[in-house]
Amino acid sequence: MSDPAMIVDLLAPVVGSGIRLSVPLLFACLAGLWSERSGVVDIGLEGKMLAAAFAAGAGAAAFHSPWAGLVAGIVVSVALALVHGFAAINQRGNQIVSGVAINFLAAGLTVLLGQVWYGQGGRTPQLANSERFLGLDLGSLGLDPSSALGRIWSDVISGHNALTWCAFLAVPITWVVLWRTRFGLRLRAVGDNPHAVDTAGVSVAGLRYRAVIVCGILCGFAGAYLAVAQSAGFVRDMTAGKGFIALAALVFSKWKPLNALGACLLFGMLDAVAIRLQGTPLPGLGTVPVQVFQALPYALTVVLLAGFIGRSIPPKASGIPYTKDR
Amino acid sequence: MSAPHRDLPPLVDYVVVPLANLTVAFLISGLVVLAIGENPLEAVAIMLRGALGYAEGVGFTLYYTTGFVFTGLSVAVAFHAGLFNIGAEGQATLGGLGVALVCLAFDGAPWWLVAPFAMAAAALFGAAWAFVPAWLQARRGSHIVITTIMFNYLAATLMVWLLVEVLGQPGSMSPETKTFEPATRLPFLRDFLTPWGIDLGQSPVNPMVFIAALAAVFVWLLVWRTKFGFELRTVGQNPVAAVYAGVDPGAVVVAAMLISGGLAGLMAVNEVMGVQHRLLLEFVAGAGFVGIAVALMGRSHPFGVVLSAALFGILYQGGAELAFEKPAISRDMIVVIQALVILFAGALEHMFRPALGRIFARVETTGGGA
Repeated sequence: MSDPAMIVDLLAPVVGSGIRLSVPLLFACLAGLWSERSGVVDIGLEGKMLAAAFAAGAGAAAFHSPWAGLVAGIVVSVALALVHGFAAINQRGNQIVSGVAINFLAAGLTVLLGQVWYGQGGRTPQLANSERFLGLDLGSLGLDPSSALGRIWSDVISGHNALTWCAFLAVPITWVVLWRTRFGLRLRAVGDNPHAVDTAGVSVAGLRYRAVIVCGILCGFAGAYLAVAQSAGFVRDMTAGKGFIALAALVFSKWKPLNALGACLLFGMLDAVAIRLQGTPLPGLGTVPVQVFQALPYALTVVLLAGFIGRSIPPKASGIPYTKDR
Repeated sequence: MSAPHRDLPPLVDYVVVPLANLTVAFLISGLVVLAIGENPLEAVAIMLRGALGYAEGVGFTLYYTTGFVFTGLSVAVAFHAGLFNIGAEGQATLGGLGVALVCLAFDGAPWWLVAPFAMAAAALFGAAWAFVPAWLQARRGSHIVITTIMFNYLAATLMVWLLVEVLGQPGSMSPETKTFEPATRLPFLRDFLTPWGIDLGQSPVNPMVFIAALAAVFVWLLVWRTKFGFELRTVGQNPVAAVYAGVDPGAVVVAAMLISGGLAGLMAVNEVMGVQHRLLLEFVAGAGFVGIAVALMGRSHPFGVVLSAALFGILYQGGAELAFEKPAISRDMIVVIQALVILFAGALEHMFRPALGRIFARVETTGGGA
């Protein structure tokens, strides 16, 4: 194990797979960040992602283009986000309840419609390579593919698809928009102190709706990534709790975009390590059950929430419907 | 839920508004059925006949209802303390572990001897799983919605590990414990009723249906007839006022969640000791989440919870029959209906209140003038 080339051989594929696994988490986590920074709690990330994955699979199959899939995913996800927005902003309903409803709606409708339309137990048709987002080959950069650097380049950095690049681009964009523009300042203010924003003559509902729509768009990307980039079509319950891991990552990141990147990469890596280590004994530890790695994101989040390793405090007004004083 | 709204008479508040919400949810479900290309009225007829039309169907409906009463009461008790327990699923899972451990330890002993211990273990394990989120909410201010979600997933992974590595049978590939001896299983009601000429067919309804009814009475007494219930409701409505009244909100939060988790855990007795006769993965099958819909629709009142649990029992059994007769409408239709009920009876519960309030006010003024 002392040979650096061997370590690279061992780690590079795991890191590469960890990055691929963290992409849907990152999209969904940033989606939650936008929503919750504006004061709208969203536990419906899972449902929006699932519905978007189904729509993306169906759209890409119908129009033979991954881009059509992406657009379909975004449209469906934004529609669900608007339902949540209507319940949370206009109706001042309970946002948790609304999120739960959206998760169920997506879980039920995707399989129901999938069965009616395609008759394959809730799957969408298998996508051809031309209908998917495939890895973009960035060339070899003149590196020797068998050298350590060459392996890092080919396994970790090169070969990712367009949506992966979008996900990592979304982090700085989110940061710049939310922390370096007037719109972003107002949007964060509306999540902390909506009364102040209202007093300044800016529409609380308008800002929150815009945040909820961005949340829908990002969940659309997450779903499209699952169905059209990572896999070749939608299968039932495709998200398998990723929306909730993203929620955990959001808490873990203390509602900050750069931390979100770190948290999602960490959770993605844990997933990749769990897959890689299946049944492989670790030196000094023996065989670690896969479930330990699967449970770690949730356990870490609870420990963080408990305030034992730093404190994670949500935006002050998140989850509270805004009522204008009369 | 805290939205300021004009007071409406109790009849409108507790009967008309929920019925209006439910009607809209069902109307939209009907549109979904229509979109699939089936006749919604025919679907309703099949569901009602399947759930209530014959003794075996009623037996299945009661079996589903039993589980939903427990999880519904669990969510409702937490609601009264102002807490959203989204973790009934995980608490019921752990309850199942308790039941299985007791049943395996006393395997072969008569069921009436084992049942009290199994129930105690179910409640204890469920409560234990609710304790950490409860304590963190009460003492560290960690949001209970997030922590209970995390604990659902922790319960699921724990269960996989236990059933694959620890409790699973050697030589068996399926992640489940050995099947309990026939003597230790809860009897089916069908075995008692056949001599009386009532044929419950293969329906798995068992004595836990009576325990569920008792649990509803217990919750009613607890919430409205005890000092603790008063404290519970005070903390739920105004924790600051509770402090001035000498109530420790933290202690009430923890106690409420322990009761909530215990009720969720009891759901597992019905399933593990009464029906499956072994512990297996995902035996809760979403009942913890149905509990949210049940509590919302039942307005967190035990009577309402029993009624809406029965409604969901009818939906589940009727939906199974519907999927059998109309393969195009798979059982996922129930999940859609459930989602719409949660949306309209929960998140959009106030949508029709202003309109209904206006109509009522008009009726009242014209009635008063006459």
